[in-house]
Amino acid sequence: MAKSILAVDDSGSLRQMVVFSLRAAGYQVTEAVDGQDGLDKAKTQTFDLVLTDQNMPRMDGLTLIRSLRAIPSYQRVPILMLTTESSDDMKAKGRAAGANGWLVKPFDPQRLTEVVKKVLG
Amino acid sequence: MTIDMSQFFQVFFDETEELLAEMEKLLLAVDVSAPDNEDLNAIFRAAHSIKGGASTFGLNDLTDVTHVLENLLDRIRKGEMALTGEHVDAFLVAKDILKMQLDGHRLHTPVDQEAVADARMMLQSLSQDAVSIAPPPPPEVIHYSQEDAEAKFANVKRCFRIELPQVGERDAKALAAELGLLGRLSIAVLADKRQVFTLATDETADDIIAICSFILDPDDLKVTEEALSASAATKPSAQTEEDLGYGFFEPIEDLRAFIAQDAPSAPEATKQTASPVEAAPEVTAAEKKNLGRRESDRAPASSQESSSIRVGIEKVDQLINLVGELVITQAMIEQRTDSLDPMQHERLLNSVSQLTRNTRDLQEAVMSIRMMPMDYVFSRFPRMVRDLASKLGKKVEFVTHGAATELDKGLIERIVDPLTHLVRNSIDHGIETPSVRTAAGKGETGRLSLSAGHQGGNIVIEVSDDGGGLNRERILAKAKQNGLPINDNMTDADVWQLIFAPGFSTAETVTDVSGRGVGMDVVKRNITAMGGVVDIRSGKGFGTTISISLPLTLAILDGMSIKVGEEVYILPLGYVIESLQPDPIDVKEISGQGRVVKVRGEYLPLIPLYQMFDIVPTFTNPSEGIVVILESDGRKAALFVDDLVGQQQVVVKNLESNYRKVAGISGATILGDGGVSLIIDVAALLRSSRQLSDESIFSS
Repeated sequence: MAKSILAVDDSGSLRQMVVFSLRAAGYQVTEAVDGQDGLDKAKTQTFDLVLTDQNMPRMDGLTLIRSLRAIPSYQRVPILMLTTESSDDMKAKGRAAGANGWLVKPFDPQRLTEVVKKVLG
Repeated sequence: MTIDMSQFFQVFFDETEELLAEMEKLLLAVDVSAPDNEDLNAIFRAAHSIKGGASTFGLNDLTDVTHVLENLLDRIRKGEMALTGEHVDAFLVAKDILKMQLDGHRLHTPVDQEAVADARMMLQSLSQDAVSIAPPPPPEVIHYSQEDAEAKFANVKRCFRIELPQVGERDAKALAAELGLLGRLSIAVLADKRQVFTLATDETADDIIAICSFILDPDDLKVTEEALSASAATKPSAQTEEDLGYGFFEPIEDLRAFIAQDAPSAPEATKQTASPVEAAPEVTAAEKKNLGRRESDRAPASSQESSSIRVGIEKVDQLINLVGELVITQAMIEQRTDSLDPMQHERLLNSVSQLTRNTRDLQEAVMSIRMMPMDYVFSRFPRMVRDLASKLGKKVEFVTHGAATELDKGLIERIVDPLTHLVRNSIDHGIETPSVRTAAGKGETGRLSLSAGHQGGNIVIEVSDDGGGLNRERILAKAKQNGLPINDNMTDADVWQLIFAPGFSTAETVTDVSGRGVGMDVVKRNITAMGGVVDIRSGKGFGTTISISLPLTLAILDGMSIKVGEEVYILPLGYVIESLQPDPIDVKEISGQGRVVKVRGEYLPLIPLYQMFDIVPTFTNPSEGIVVILESDGRKAALFVDDLVGQQQVVVKNLESNYRKVAGISGATILGDGGVSLIIDVAALLRSSRQLSDESIFSS
């Protein structure tokens, strides 16, 4: 069965690109438009990987990560942050919230697929 | 895997356009003295999202501007700087610049690079003005992507030489941006100014040509493979993840082991241990490939998880047209079954009446697809009002009502220009300067309101200001000067109508805002062409309200069918006031001018339809037939016809596109019995009857 990925970003074009490249690589991708939407969708099924933006309306990425980690089934699900801020401060915050890694925006589709493959195989 | 990024451009363009509009809306609403934190965050997010998208898609000019914009916004939202009116102005300018750049990419419209540089400098100087120790960060994004390319393509195997034909700078740049995604790119210029790209990449020549063909004719292109240059070959291969733009907080092996512990979510966990079934991964890989294809086939349909879809307007119009045909067919069935015996054919007749109901519902539902909220028009005014008011040194509060009122898309697009003109007029000529207002005992700030609402079968749009009002004396004086027919006993309403005369402007000076000749006559003409009516109410010192009444849609018309001889014509019901059979003594002949008919003490020109269309009528004496009193533009006339047939909704078919323009006819429709009936252009009919001047009627 194809691995499932939850992609959370408030930018439709970015989501579309993520979805397109990951689907082309054989993953099942579900989109969410912000942290809250992401959390709601994460509760309906357990994804194999969560990719989330940081800066979003309603609920930001860090809050989403913390909320996901509070759910038992998400304690071992890899979560990667897609962020424009690659500062050490942001990385530390991400790590503290429970993220497993980060990917700096902008990225191109190939690299995204490469990173996801590294994690999910 | 090569992904053509251009397929995502459209979504990015649409999204950016929406974000820019949203940003402008928020900026216009923001209270400079006490900005709402959530608003500031939303503005920041908009800039942030645009920047993210622009850099992903390699639109560096947009990235540059949003970068400085975002920095400044970030500091304001974090409270490091106080928001000032200057900031808001600068942000609005930046928004315009971004829009211009966006259009440059999307529509290939010219981009004023000087304005871009100015805006950037302004934003930068504003960030530097601030009391802050943090130096403005370097433009990391552009920097980053170059380093990134270096790092990512360090281990590429092949090198291509791509000779370009003579191309414009824009094309060359776009091409460089596209190819830059494939590998390391260097550019050289030949003696004849043609550019030669050298690309170190893993892709094939075919891929390169495929990408180039989006911008250039591939036949003009010369792609040759070269030996990988020494520098490319010796690039250090041991790049850390950090440089690649991603990373993990623990070694990847640990991470994968960490996931693997949770078996349910990782069915392939067995792969971690030495795998006894070597074939298994291959099977899954093949499966994945298959799946991948299926998934990507589905992707365009399902990737837009939104509650609306974009459909070409021509598809909608075709649908409306087809439903129109259906309505006609249904009317035919209804008419044919009318004569059947209700007892014998009860079930058929029941079905027909159900069909009638369903058809009406369907028609209504389909028509509503074309409906758009007035907000589409209203939303462009706050900015314009703000800019105009500050240019003219006036204070204007702008309010809108009924922005959710819906109007046909065709009409909504055509109402923009007239409304813009009216709003400009209100600010320029209507609302007074603060000093004048204070002297008149009014508040310094003028009020301009735009409203929309339904009134009967029409939508009424009003532009209302609380300015000085129209000046009766000045309009009369100007009308006299222009040689318009006036008299001192004219009612105010008639006087106000004078401003619709061509070339009429009472503005004392021509400003660059209004008064340049394109005047109210154009407004009036545009609105009349839409089947609408303009009405003015004004009180001296209290302001002016201009009200536009439009039909809800152009495709369906409430009509009154009338008969002359054997012909049936349709009169748009909106023009019909009443119909009556005149007393013979009320019909009078005016020598050489035709006949008039006295209706409720008013003499109206009598227009015999049979003479206009040269038909043999049943009656030639008005007191035997029927006269229909019509009104348009404040002019009335009595149309003499044989008989009234009835009232019905008709689907308007354009005669011009199917046949040719016919004077006096505005369109055609198909009747229930399958016959064609022409729709009379009442406005034109009344205009042509104007040679009957008031004097000649009164002197009779």
